[in-house]
Amino acid sequence: MSRQNAKNVDAKNKVSCDLFTLTYGSLVAQLIKDFDNTEEVNKQLDRMYGQGYNIGLRLVEDFLAKTNSGRCHDMKETADKIQSAFKMYLGVNPSVANWSAANDEFSLLIDSNPLAEYVELPDHLSQLKYSNVIPGVIRGALEMVQIEVQVWFVQDFLKGDATTELRIKFIRKLEDALPAGED
Amino acid sequence: MPGIYSVYIISRSGGLIFNYDCDHNFVSSEVEKTFSYPLDVKLDYVHQKVTVTFGQRDGIRVGYALLAINGQPIGGRKLDDKDVIDDILANEDNYPINLKFGLQRLTTNEKIVLSSMFHSLYAIAALQICNKGRPIGSTGAAAGERQGFLKSSGIEIMETNNFRLNCLQTTTGVKFLIVSDLTVPANKDILLRKIYELYTDYALKNPFYSLDMPIRFVSLSL
Repeated sequence: MSRQNAKNVDAKNKVSCDLFTLTYGSLVAQLIKDFDNTEEVNKQLDRMYGQGYNIGLRLVEDFLAKTNSGRCHDMKETADKIQSAFKMYLGVNPSVANWSAANDEFSLLIDSNPLAEYVELPDHLSQLKYSNVIPGVIRGALEMVQIEVQVWFVQDFLKGDATTELRIKFIRKLEDALPAGED
Repeated sequence: MPGIYSVYIISRSGGLIFNYDCDHNFVSSEVEKTFSYPLDVKLDYVHQKVTVTFGQRDGIRVGYALLAINGQPIGGRKLDDKDVIDDILANEDNYPINLKFGLQRLTTNEKIVLSSMFHSLYAIAALQICNKGRPIGSTGAAAGERQGFLKSSGIEIMETNNFRLNCLQTTTGVKFLIVSDLTVPANKDILLRKIYELYTDYALKNPFYSLDMPIRFVSLSL
């Protein structure tokens, strides 16, 4: 998340990915120490007042300022932007797939999850959603642009699945919070 | 930066969260003069200031506030427990008297009030609909949409006889305002976007900053 101009958004990765991965690892390790039960750790990483959500609330402004992108009016546009945000902040290029019939639900397939590099889950933590910060970030970020979504992991590479799949479902548009002059 | 008077950031709810005045761009309006009895400038107590209401002379203009008496600064209408208008200026024994007049800069409270007022004006402007205008949205506001009625954005530029106000509202609803001189180019898009970027980098990435609260900063040179 280093400083950059809108022009060189793609020329990312000024900070080593490893530093980020390891810092995140220590955050998760600390949470596991602080909370005995895995369920609580998952919540902390994702939930309303947890880490991811709060990061999302702030990160969305950074994304908007640097990409100069406007408001989304359908889920396809949103999917595109989430895709480019992944590229910008995590340096990965997830593919968008598995659209629902109503076009309100889709999956992000992530080949290599930079958060989970060098990570193996021990048996007693099989319930841990290691990268649960990501759903939180997406939810927080979209909420700031008045879109309420539900985000969850369907498949996780760490759990032995072939790939990491993130499911995003549109719930509703937050009309009350819509700023004046924005449609 | 030449021609820029002030920068304001208004939160989603209309609260002033940041204000910066380019002090070196403000020209001092202060005028100091010695008067003899009777005083030929009409003074009244308006908006908690002793203000010139009539009798413009020697650069002292209507609307100027009385800032100091014989070099002693005053705020409000009292000086040393004496009423400025009734006791000091009405008493012939105090003359000749040296008075300093000038326009007073906005106080923080006034700025907060004006910010929330602008917030509402912006919303009122957005209620207007029009069938002509520039197409909105990045993803082709297609021909079909352009023929129908379009809802207006809020106020983007506001001009008076001696300043211009440019406003950028972000998708999340934060407003960035620049008050500038009419002599500088009207287009402030790049500057506004730059300030937005600075806000995201230096305010939002500060873990001790809570959203929608005033932004405290140590120093910033524009």
